Amino acid sequence: MIKMDNLSVDHLIGIKDLTKQDIELIFKTADSFKQVINRPIKKVPSLRDITIANLFFENSTRTRLSFELAEKRLSADVVNFSAANSSVKKGETLIDTVNNILAMKVDLVVMRHPNPGAAKFLSEKVNARVVNAGDGTHEHPTQALLDAYSIREQHGEDFTGKKVVIVGDISHSRVALSNIFCLQKLGAEVMVCGPTTLIPKFIHELGVKVEHNLRKALEWCDVANMLRIQLERQEIKYFPSLREYSMLFGLDKEMLDSLSKKITVMHPGPINRGVEISSDVADSDQSIILQQVENGVAIRMAVIYLLAAKINRH
Amino acid sequence: MLNPNQMDKRTILNSKHVELTLKRLASQLKENHQSFENTVLIGLQPRGIHVLERLKTILEKDLSTKLICGQLDITFYRDDFRRRDQPLIPSVSNIDFIIEDKRVVLIDDVLYTGRSIRSGLDALLAFGRPKEVELLVLIDRQFERHLPIEPKYTGKPVNTLSSQVVVVEWEQHTGEDKVILCTEDDKNG
Repeated sequence: MIKMDNLSVDHLIGIKDLTKQDIELIFKTADSFKQVINRPIKKVPSLRDITIANLFFENSTRTRLSFELAEKRLSADVVNFSAANSSVKKGETLIDTVNNILAMKVDLVVMRHPNPGAAKFLSEKVNARVVNAGDGTHEHPTQALLDAYSIREQHGEDFTGKKVVIVGDISHSRVALSNIFCLQKLGAEVMVCGPTTLIPKFIHELGVKVEHNLRKALEWCDVANMLRIQLERQEIKYFPSLREYSMLFGLDKEMLDSLSKKITVMHPGPINRGVEISSDVADSDQSIILQQVENGVAIRMAVIYLLAAKINRH
Repeated sequence: MLNPNQMDKRTILNSKHVELTLKRLASQLKENHQSFENTVLIGLQPRGIHVLERLKTILEKDLSTKLICGQLDITFYRDDFRRRDQPLIPSVSNIDFIIEDKRVVLIDDVLYTGRSIRSGLDALLAFGRPKEVELLVLIDRQFERHLPIEPKYTGKPVNTLSSQVVVVEWEQHTGEDKVILCTEDDKNG
């Protein structure tokens, strides 16, 4: 037990608000929780008196499961809510829905919402800590933290000079934006790669490199994060066909083996096997996709633990 | 944490006393555990591990065998989470053996309210069900307990006021083994 500075924020809305020290504190705390979840008894009593509401206004399987497991392993009480079977359908506003839930004495809210900025809006209006579990195309901070944490496990604590390429649908991806902020704060170099239609026009203003040739991008990088094509967010056609996308921007074993160095392959899931990456790449020893999932629980435990520490019960 | 300049100091044990006390504790452990076949020693993070290290060195030299030792972090099991201004940041737990049916000796430097030991007992359960748990402390601050916890092996019992602080210094950190009693004379301004 070492006394250290607290997180600089009261809510986790986006990586943009965090400092490098915050990110490192989260990683250090996650190291301990990773030990905990590999023990025979994977549970600690730290959050015995905290109640957490998971509000999912948008579909999610692994993020919700990961948050729920993290909360339960910290011994918090958990209530789950998904928009599909709720009063939202009956015309209730977001604030009303959440205030009703908070009236039942909830300390912390984990929310996923299809509108960018929903988490920030909520954090200003309600009296509870808010963790953003993805707001539209804006940010998905815990995913970026677990991605960077997984890179740290493979390549060491110092990110200076590490090269990471994010491949795929950058325009519609909250994972991409959070990843860019997180990796840059840690000192890594970031490149985005994808079809011109899926790369935002002004993305270079964030200080990232842009490349439209997958092979060149992969030759440059140490780590490739292959994003899913988010067909559900694309209201118009951005490329002629999935087959063409896969031929130009899909990573297969042949290309992976032909690179001059061994790179690490990541994917935030869910994978469309044969589209972004082929099955043999997803299952190869260079892929850390399942480690990312395991680290997701440890990172979420760390985030919730550190935010809960700011709820004072003197 | 402690500013030694603001405190009035009194030595409880000097380096010679620390050495003798550790040797006596080691002998007492040997009496009860003989060959240490089914015994594991576990030091509490962050300060109990130094007591453990020293006892380990003495015992391994005497017995000429390797002892099974571990380090236990209790941060997540503490009962004062969210009741202090600073968050508690954990240390490393390092127990790479099963404690099921083992005789466990929990080791810490100073026993005060007993709350750390309570947390330690909780934390220990995550590694299995020990046959028996004993407590060894270098310093026992008697009459200050908040919980019904007593050590089986005590280096030195001392009577203190709750306004006082017992600090254990180790050779590898400060150049000299020493146990001192400090008084925060400016405690109330």
